[in-house]
Formats: sequence, C-alpha cells, structure tokens
Amino acid sequence: MFTALFVMTGIALVLGAGLGFASIKFKVEGDPLVDKIDAILPQTQCGQCGFPGCRPYATAIAGGEAEINQCPPGGEEGIRKLADLLGREFKPLSEEHGVEKPKSVAIIDENTCIGCTLCIQACPVDAIVGAAKQMHTIVASECTGCELCLAPCPVDCITMEPIAETVDTWKWRYPVFQIAPAALDTARQEA
Amino acid sequence: MINSPFVRKAASVQSVMLQVLLALVPGIAAYVWFFGAGILVQIAIASAAALAGEAAMLAIRGKPKAIFLTDLSAIVTAWLIALTFPPIAPWWLTVTGTLLAVVVVKQLYGGLGQNPFNPAMAAFCLMIVAYPALMSQWPAAGQLDFKTQLDLIFGGLRQVDAITGATPLDALRTALRAAANPDSQVHGLRAAQLMDGPAFGFLGGKGSEWIALGYLVGGLWLIQRRIITWHIPFAFCGALLVTAGLLWGVRPDAFASPVFHLASGGAMLGAFFILTDPVSGATTPRGKLLFAAGAAVLTYVIRTFGAYPDGIAFATLLMNILVPIIDMKTQAPVFGHKKD
Amino acid sequence: MLRKLFKFHGGVKPQTNKEQSTTAPIAAVPLPDRLVIPLHQAVGGHPRPLVQPGDRVFKGQRIGGADGSLSSAVHASTSGLVRAVAPAVMPHTSGLTTLSVIIEPDGEDRWGELDKVNYRSTPPDELRDFLRDAGVVGLGGAVFPSYAKLKPGKEGKLKTLVINGAECEPFITCDDMLMRERAGDMLKGILAMRHMLQAEEVLIGIEDNKPQAVAAVQAAIAASGQSGIEAVAIPTRYPAGGAKQLIRVLTGIEVPHGRRSTDFGVQCFNVGTAYSIYEALELGRPLISRLVTVAGNVNAPRNYDVLIGTPMDHLVRLAGPRADTDRYIMGGPMMGVRMPAFDVPVVKATNCILVGSEAMFPAPAPEMPCIRCGECAKACPADLAPFELYWFSRSKNFGKAQEYHLFDCIECGCCSFVCPSHIPLVDYYRFSKSEIWAREREKEAADAARDRFEFKNHRQEREKLEKAEKLAAKAAATREKVAADGATAPAPGSDAATPAKPAPDAAKRALIEAAMEKARQQKAQAAPKNTDQLSPDVQAEIADIEARREIVAKPAASPLPPQDA
Ligand code: SF4
Ligand code: SF4
Ligand code: SF4
Ligand code: SF4
Repeated sequence: MFTALFVMTGIALVLGAGLGFASIKFKVEGDPLVDKIDAILPQTQCGQCGFPGCRPYATAIAGGEAEINQCPPGGEEGIRKLADLLGREFKPLSEEHGVEKPKSVAIIDENTCIGCTLCIQACPVDAIVGAAKQMHTIVASECTGCELCLAPCPVDCITMEPIAETVDTWKWRYPVFQIAPAALDTARQEA
Repeated sequence: MINSPFVRKAASVQSVMLQVLLALVPGIAAYVWFFGAGILVQIAIASAAALAGEAAMLAIRGKPKAIFLTDLSAIVTAWLIALTFPPIAPWWLTVTGTLLAVVVVKQLYGGLGQNPFNPAMAAFCLMIVAYPALMSQWPAAGQLDFKTQLDLIFGGLRQVDAITGATPLDALRTALRAAANPDSQVHGLRAAQLMDGPAFGFLGGKGSEWIALGYLVGGLWLIQRRIITWHIPFAFCGALLVTAGLLWGVRPDAFASPVFHLASGGAMLGAFFILTDPVSGATTPRGKLLFAAGAAVLTYVIRTFGAYPDGIAFATLLMNILVPIIDMKTQAPVFGHKKD
Repeated sequence: MLRKLFKFHGGVKPQTNKEQSTTAPIAAVPLPDRLVIPLHQAVGGHPRPLVQPGDRVFKGQRIGGADGSLSSAVHASTSGLVRAVAPAVMPHTSGLTTLSVIIEPDGEDRWGELDKVNYRSTPPDELRDFLRDAGVVGLGGAVFPSYAKLKPGKEGKLKTLVINGAECEPFITCDDMLMRERAGDMLKGILAMRHMLQAEEVLIGIEDNKPQAVAAVQAAIAASGQSGIEAVAIPTRYPAGGAKQLIRVLTGIEVPHGRRSTDFGVQCFNVGTAYSIYEALELGRPLISRLVTVAGNVNAPRNYDVLIGTPMDHLVRLAGPRADTDRYIMGGPMMGVRMPAFDVPVVKATNCILVGSEAMFPAPAPEMPCIRCGECAKACPADLAPFELYWFSRSKNFGKAQEYHLFDCIECGCCSFVCPSHIPLVDYYRFSKSEIWAREREKEAADAARDRFEFKNHRQEREKLEKAEKLAAKAAATREKVAADGATAPAPGSDAATPAKPAPDAAKRALIEAAMEKARQQKAQAAPKNTDQLSPDVQAEIADIEARREIVAKPAASPLPPQDA
C-alpha cells in the first residue's frame, strides 16, 4: 500500500518537475503582446471596434482597456483566437460594435462619381485611386472592405459587393462525420 | 457528397476483429484440452458482459448501436479478459473486470479507437490490485473437472486455497527465492531442477506451454493475413529472450531460462494479441519495435522482482503511457526526405 | 534488357477494369452543336480572351492568349462562330463557372494557317514560346504548361527523361491506346523533348498489364534506330503512374515535395503530352483535341479523339450510357472528380469520363472511428502517416498536420481505399489543404493591409508635419515682415488671413454642390438614353448586351451558366 503511495507521489513529483522545467526552457520569447494581438486582428482598419485601426485596438486590449469581442470583421473565430492567446473567456461579438458580414469590397459607380476625393482621404489603406474632378476607382485587391469610404461620398455612389467565390478561393468542405444516427439513416436509404 | 476514391477495398473493422478472434481459437482449444471447458464459460460470461456494457454506454452516449455492437471489438476485449483472468475466477469477478474494461477504459475515453490504454489489461491490473487473492489462483492442468469449475465460477464452492495453487511463474519465483535462502531445504538447487515438479511441463507450465503454442500459431496466421505486422511479436520475444538470457547466463541457478519465460504466462498472448492492439499501441515500425521491447523488459522485471503472478498487464499499461511520445519521435521520413 | 527497377512504398491493387475499353480502336466524334472552351484550362495565369462574340474563327485559331509568367494559350477546336464569351460551368467539383468561349461550329472544320517549326534549328527560348502559344500542357491530368518544364537544369542538360505511360488508374486506357496506335508519332514528340532537354537517356515507363503498348513502343523505337531510349515494363501497382512514383521506380530518385525534378537530373512527361508536342512542332497544330476514355456504366466503353470543348454528354451518348447513370466522374475512380453537371465540356485535363451509378460505385459503409490499424500508412506511397494527418485535420490542428507533411500527400486515395473504418481520409486532407491556403491568403492580405495602413498613417504624419513647418515658416516670415514694416501697417495682414481661412472650405463645398448638381443632371439624362427612337430589334440587342455585361461583371453570382450554356 505504502509502496504504491510512494511510487505515485514520486511519479507526480518527477512529472511536475519536468513540466516546470519545460515551461521555463521552452518559454516563448520575443513578440510583445501587442504584436501578437495585432497579428490576429484582420487588419480591415474599419474602426468599428471604437479605435482608429487595428493596432490601436490591439494596444488597448493589451493594456486591458478593451474587451476582446469588439471586432466585427474578425468575427467569432477572431475572438476565439484572442481568447486563446490571452487565456480569457470567449464571449460572443458585442452587438454595439456591429455584426459579422461576408467579406466584401467597395465598388465606385464610375458614372456617378464627381471626383471630390473625399473617399480617398477616408480610405485607411490607400486603395482608392483618382484625382480631383476625375473619376475614382477602387483597387479591389487592396480594399479591405472597411466601408469607411461609404459615408463621406456626397453622391452615394460607393456600394459594397460581397467577394464572389472563384476556383482559386473555393474551399473543400469539412467532411461530414457520418456516424451521427441521422446521417446513418440517410446513408442506408441511399444504399 | 462522396468524393474520390470511389472504389474501396472490402475491409471493415468487423472483419479485422473477426480474424483476431479466429486467431485465438487454437490457443483456446489447447486451453480447453488441458484445463477443461470452464474457460468457455468464462468467455461466454465476459462476452455477454462486454456487449451489455457497450450497449448501455452507446445508448447513454447517443451513438448508433447497430454498427458499434457488431464491430466485435468489445468481444475481442472480452476474450482477452477471459483468457488472462484465472479460469476459475468467480463470475462476478469476470463481469466486473469486463465492465470496467468496456465502460470505463474504453467508452468513457471516447469509445472505439479513442482509448489510450488496452482495456483488457487495464481491467486486469485494476482487478489484481483489488482482489489479489482471487486473481492469483490457478488450477494445475487437469486438476479440476468441469463440474468443480462451474461450482467455483458460480460460487457453489469457495475453498479455493485448498484446490488451487499459483501459476508456474509464481511457483518458480517462490522456489527460486527459497533456493537462495541458505536455511531452505531446496538451497542450491538450480532452476532446471526446481522445474521438475508436477506443475511444470517441458518448457514452461504444464499444459500452458501448449496454449502458448496455440497462440503462436494463431499469431503467425494474423501476420500472414497482414492484420498485424511482425514488429511487435518479434521485438517482444527477442527482447524477452535477450533480457532473460543475460541474467540466466550469468546465474543460471537464480534465474529462469529465457525459453521458460517465453513459454509461460501470457508472453505469447501478449506478443501477438495484447501488445498488437492497434488503438493503444505504437504505430510506426520503429515505434512498434521500441514499444514491444520496452514491454518485454518491463514484463521480465515485474515477473522476476515483483509480487504479481505475471508482468504483461502492467508492462502493457506502462508502455501505453509512452505511446504518444514513441510515435511522435519515431515518425519515418517521408517520400523524398529520406537520407539514403 | 534487364533494368534494375526500384520500389516505392505502399500502393494498392484495385481492380483495373481496363480490358473493356481496349477492344475497339480509337474513334472520332461527330461535331457537337456547341463547343464550350474554358479559357483557364491549365495551371497558371488565366489567359485573356482574344475573340469577341460574333467573330468567325478557324480551327486552331488562338482564342485565349497566355497571360503572366506561367500560362498557356487556348485555341478554337473547330471553325465556326463565336457565340459568346461568358462564364460557363466548368468541369470541377465546385460547380463554379469560368470565362469560356462558346463556339457554334460551321461544320467545315477548316484549319487556319499552320506554322510549323524545326526544333533542331530553333533556339530553345523560341521553341518554348511556340509551345506556350500552341497550348501544350501536361495531359496526364495535372495540366501543367509543358514549356515551363522543358528547361534543362543548371548544367544545361538532363540525365534522364522519363515518359509516363504507366496509366495506373483503373478504367483509363487512353494512354494505352495512344501507344498502341500512334507510337511512332509519339516517339517523334519524345525526340523533340529529348532535344530540348539535352537528355542523355529516355525511359518510357509502362505498367506490365499493357503488353501490346510495350511492344508497339519498342517496335517504334527499333524502327527509329535511336539509341538511349527504352520502353520499360514496370510492375502494375497503383499509383505507379504518379510522376514522383514513376521516377522512383525507374531511376531510384525520390523528388521531394516542393523541389524541381530537374534539380535531380530527371524530368517527367506523359505520353499524351509527347504526342501533342509532335503535333504542335511537326504539323503546326495546337492542342485542340485529346484522347478520352469513356468507361464505366456504358454499354460500349471506348476511346475517342475528342475536340476540347465538346460537352461530355454528347460524347458519352456515343458509348451508350445505361439507364441508371447518375454521375460523371472526370478521371479514374481513385482520383477522379465528380462533375457538377452532364454537359460540362471536355477540357485538356479530361483523360477519362467515368460514367457512374449508385450500383457501380456505391457509397461507402458509414464512417467509423480510426482504430489506428496502420493500414493507411502501409498503403501510402508518400510514406506518410495518414491517420495522424486525419487526426490533425479533423481537429483542425493545421499546424500539426503540416508538421506531419500534409503537403507531401499526393491525394492518391490509397489510404481511403484500404481504411477498414471507411474514413474519407483524402477529403479531410483536401479540406485541410484548402483551409491552409485560404488562411495564407488571408494572412497575406492582412499583412499588406497593415503595411498600407501604417504607410498611410506615416504619410499623413509627414504631411501634417510639412504643413506645420510651412505654416511656421510663413508665420515667421510674416512676423519678420511685420517687424520690418514697423507700426506702419499693423493689423490688415493678420486680419485678412483670419476670415479668409474658412473661405476655401466654403468654396470647396460650393464646388461639390455644383458637381453634384451636374451629376444629378447627368443621371437624369442618362436614364432615357435616347433609346425611344430605336427599333425594337436594336433595343432587344442592347438589353441582351446589358444582360451579358451583368453576368460578366459578377461571374460567380450566377452558379449556372446563362440559358445557352
Ligand atoms: S473592428 Fe476594424 S479596426 Fe477594429 S480591429 Fe477589427 S478590423 Fe481592425
Ligand atoms: S467620395 Fe464618391 S464622388 Fe467623391 S471621389 Fe469618392 S466615389 Fe467619387
Ligand atoms: S486505415 Fe483507417 S482505421 Fe486504419 S489507421 Fe488508417 S485511418 Fe485509421
Ligand atoms: S492520399 Fe495522401 S495520405 Fe493517402 S495514401 Fe495517398 S499520399 Fe498517402
């Protein structure tokens, strides 16, 4: 009996010591927290989180001044990753900051644009090209879909288009795990 | 929607398990021949208990019963339990052991394919810790008739000490320890001489060496059917022979011969049927060699220096713990990344 | 003639089912009513369309021009009228559309002007450009532009040119029939490739279940009198026809994932590609047709010489599909892809149309948990541990999956084939791979956005600073001036400046107002567009064009092709 006890305690001690050692030895150095948080944020730079861009928000999270659920473009997955990184509890996206939408790009109706350059100033990533009184256009590959150019446009000629799926972006679905009884029944019927 | 490949080999978990069961038949036949039909009763009890436990757990976990009850994996566990428990264990011992194996060790860990420990061996260890006396009483070959066995199993007769002894492994160990004692009668006798007693046969325990041969035959058939690979049996037997051979070579008077180790207890069952359980065992070729060799050394150590009748069960569990790390460290180089 | 062959790990032996489609010779296909030729048929950049609706095209006329550093041209497969350049459903599991040229054949099948080249006297760069513009791509199924592979390694020459005639997938026999019937011409293509790559030896690997093909190729080699070319029969074992596996079998070399085989002194081409190189160089014909096996649930499985763009159902009808047919699979049963519709076009990657039914390819038994039996690892030709990959893919632990070499998986399907638990293993790998790619794309986009955002902030900072400096300089100048002028004219300068400040803003606002007014007028004018004076015919046409424009503008918004597809 006592031998067993001793052995168990011994094993526990050895394992504990090993774990402790590993956590010291393999401690991840480098990347300050803000960088790591910033790496998770989607870089849409939309300001919906209440901060003027992703990095300020990252700084605020790191400083404990903001919740982790304020970034709608990052969505649930983003919150999950932040929760993992920071060891905090997952929370659903805070409603006051917006809702998760499919990824979109802005499109300028080039016939209506009056070339006022207001949208250029609003775009956080310089994805709009044009000059005063000239038609403006959006470089779709650079547009983050932040919607910041929509409001300033005096003629409301900017609209958001969801990004269409192409063969290059098409994804294989997660295989259905057929073991659920319902799936099984349909499998039988098909067979 | 189904994607490629659109054709598949006719293989199923069920057929794999069925072949394992078939491969156990020669060993079981030898068992019946030497020790009587009691073992068949044990097998039946264990199988029934395993199915009942599995069905209950599947119902609780909301899993489809039809496919999981017929996959035969629970039956394999049940048979291994019946074959490793004493043949005259009371029925409730077998039932408790089987339920522990199926409900706790298998289903609570997630069911088929998810258990980190070999269910049969985990059950064996738990039971031998809980009921050391009942788990250590083995009849000699031909000692008990079927009626007595039934009485023992179903509780009619309970003076076990009077009619049963220890396993040959236990007996030899006791004898060897006695021989090492200068005050003892048998002092100075060698292992070979000690094995002259009625409990021993040519190589190992009387009768049990034939059972081991039966397992060997079945195991070789499994290799031939490509259900298991040669790695684990080979490494297990090899390492056991080497370890036992070293000590025996140094002091033949104090240690049993390597062949005795191989032929007695659960060595053959372990080598071909227990350690080769894919779910809880190592999977890479090199990992299998390591895993089985480690189990062999542990088995030898526990048999020789420990207090339990056989070391296979504990050795298996200890090596099961190491499986993830063994597998991780022994991944074979992939195509194009080999250094040759 | 005994050559030392090597083994690759794993592999399986599915039932080959090749006899059925090799009894009859290669047949021609009557012209369909409509050819749908997707512009993007090969690995690399999307070719740009060179024709417009209404154009007349000749057979072999280039209709899609190679675009970008890796891209391959596309040609009209017959003469006729371009009906549309519009998105059409492509032969891909996704069922998505891609920009295609839709041609209505005129029945004359008239070739345009064909220019040939003499590969011996043409510089290699020009030859490669020629092949790019002839649209020659790998016909084994990978459709990698061939010109890009026809570059010898660093030393300017190659040890071994491997020609892949293994054709290990069950049911498919188009390479077999090609070798039987056209071995001589194919050999000419091989010689051209050998010349371009300066290859010392050429090994043509053919699985030993095709003795007639081996004999035909050997006879052709003997007739050509060339040395250093050998047709080698290799053991039949799927996937011996995988490029990496075939190179391994013939030369013992293992080309790791992500490395070029020329770095190891070998290069591998399919026999069909060799034949189309012959056609391109010696006949001047671009790649506009290919051999396609129609097999499976049909009464008369056979090989056809098919124009690219032919609707699959047009072709299958010739072979007599059975009544219970419910799917087409492009490729073989091991790696083929299920088609989203019956009328998708034959493309350069189509080596086989496997006609299927539920009875022929029944759904697998329900998936069970993995029992770690290791069968999959025994069968994997890439020496992977598929069950570990499965485990990590299932739990979406992509980092770990990559650590276990997910991207070395060639998706051959051997693991799924043997798994006793009926797990669709390859589907998990496909899922993981596309998920990882998507994340990489997202990450790249995010990084780019971060950079641009930071740059913009930086720029604004700088502009502010510059402005402030300018202002300060101006203020200083004014102050100096004021100081110099003394008390003579104290206030007016600063007084004038202060009220003038908001003026630009007001002016700007006025400008915007004016522009908006103009825009409103323009919009109002734009609406009627003076169309009321047009004849109904012209109006209908305009409506038509507008509709087409809509579709082109947002291709994937309409999952199905327009009515005429
Ligand atoms: S809400 Fe917008 S600005 Fe804020 S972190 Fe998310 S993407 Fe960045
Ligand atoms: S804000 Fe609107 S009108 Fe002004 S330039 Fe941008 S798109 Fe044109
Ligand atoms: S073959 Fe299937 S059950 Fe066996 S180890 Fe591989 S994935 Fe698991
Ligand atoms: S599909 Fe991938 S993992 Fe499976 S056998 Fe083929 S190469 Fe190996």
